[in-house]
Amino acid sequence: MSKTDSDIKISIRDVHKSFGSNHVLQGVDLDVCPGRSMVVIGGSGTGKSVLLKCILGLITPDSGSIIIDGKPVTHLSERKRAKVMAKFGMLFQGGALFDSLSVWENVAFRLLYADGVGRKAAKQRAEAALNQVNLGAEVMNLSPAELSGGMQKRVGLARAIVAKPEILFFDEPTTGLDPITADVIDNLIRRQVTALGATAVSITHDMGSVRKIADDVAMIHEGKIIWRGPVKDVDNSGNDYVQQFVTGSEDGPIKVLAR
Amino acid sequence: MNPLAIIGRTLIALTREAGAMSLFAWRGVSAALSPPWYWSQLGAQFLRIGYFSLPVVGLTAVFTGAALALNIYTGGARFNAEQFVPNIVVLGITRELGPVLASLMLAGRVSAAMAAEIGAMRVTEQIDALETLSTDPFRFLVGPRILAAVITVPMLVLVADIIGVLGGWAVSTQILDFNGATYIRNTVDFVTRWDVVSGLIKAATFGFIIALMGCYHGYRSKRGAQGVGRATTNAVVSAAILIFAANYVLTTLFV
Ligand SMILES: Nc1ncnc2c1ncn2[C@@H]1O[C@H](COP(=O)(O)OP(=O)(O)OP(=O)(O)O)[C@@H](O)[C@H]1O
Ligand SMILES: [Mg+2]
Repeated sequence: MSKTDSDIKISIRDVHKSFGSNHVLQGVDLDVCPGRSMVVIGGSGTGKSVLLKCILGLITPDSGSIIIDGKPVTHLSERKRAKVMAKFGMLFQGGALFDSLSVWENVAFRLLYADGVGRKAAKQRAEAALNQVNLGAEVMNLSPAELSGGMQKRVGLARAIVAKPEILFFDEPTTGLDPITADVIDNLIRRQVTALGATAVSITHDMGSVRKIADDVAMIHEGKIIWRGPVKDVDNSGNDYVQQFVTGSEDGPIKVLAR
Repeated sequence: MNPLAIIGRTLIALTREAGAMSLFAWRGVSAALSPPWYWSQLGAQFLRIGYFSLPVVGLTAVFTGAALALNIYTGGARFNAEQFVPNIVVLGITRELGPVLASLMLAGRVSAAMAAEIGAMRVTEQIDALETLSTDPFRFLVGPRILAAVITVPMLVLVADIIGVLGGWAVSTQILDFNGATYIRNTVDFVTRWDVVSGLIKAATFGFIIALMGCYHGYRSKRGAQGVGRATTNAVVSAAILIFAANYVLTTLFV
């Protein structure tokens, strides 16, 4: 199957990124197709969050190219960047809520400050988005510091989806949630892709989530994508690393520190 | 190690820091001076820098003015010039002590608070989040702080000038034997518009330094609580030193 440029939403080519002597990304190649849900798996500290931030332009790669909708995005002016960002919704691993604003202002931030939506309309849309992540109107006027970790994560999720962006990034959306809420979130992510036609790139450690939300899976290890394929193939990938990750076994090619 | 190499390395590091700071200042100033403006942010900063600093600035000024009057009286008595207390108090307060001391107090209060807040936002990825929400952090965070500081610090210093003179007046009339009305008349007759205005120009410059150092060090804060702590310290120390240096340069221009 040959792919033309328009078949690819996000194209990552030979991306390198080091922090001092810590070579985190060492030549990542990855394509994400429009309207599909890509899940990146990999051990802790392998650079999944760094990869996501490179795509978003928050970290500039040392070398390599990142192309979104056919346009390179690694070196953009502030104004052009803001335009590209309008396509994105991002859930940060730590939530990254603004603690000087209330919950609903956090969720409606883009609407209020970048899109110029009126406060009343923005508040209604924020409430609708909060409902989608199983949060009621009673949290709207709280400050983020008054919420539990899992609730903060869901507020972050509501903030990512509120403007119905084309491309969604979720950094560990269900970590720290109870299994029932996690399932709600998994379904929500799935619905963004199937019903709204969004493209999603998610990071998760939870194989249950992977099976629910992924169309495609990519595994990152030692700075490279070592395997990618459709989700139905993860259980018989023929790759020892993926096999070990899926079964969660201590024995395998991925070295865990001996206790 | 080769001492020349150490000197060279230090010079390069200093130049790089100065360059980074200038670039940051340029981005901050252009964000402050061009739309879109975030009025709610600007309003919040006016309140925080201006209004909530009033007690600190007022207390600093009243004690400074009072102590200044006593010292000038003692010094003046040595050559029978005690009667010049009001003149020299108002000159010292408006041209020098009002702007410098108020700004130093504000460096402790405002630069530190800005560096801590923006630093915490940096390490919790809130600044990254701003960008993903199509909002330029320079417009949302840095611009309003610089603008608010450049406008409110002169206002605070004007208040400090008045309170400082009143501090001198209080001591002179209560402890020394000055007549209250004469003291005020001498002050008003003596002080020139330029005495006050040159002090306010200093104040605007110091306000810029205070906000710039707070934002710059917070923005570049390293990860972790320690990173934020260091950013806060650096903000206060560098703001204070730059205030002294700028004060000297401006004074040579204004005398
Ligand atoms: N801003 C930064 N400065 C320095 N080092 C960084 C920075 N961001 C990430 N790193 C380093 O990059 C490596 C990868 O970090 P990253 O957060 O991408 O891991 P991850 O795969 O998301 O792990 P986890 O699953 O635990 O979230 C780590 O060693 C981390 O210390
Ligand atoms: Mg991570």
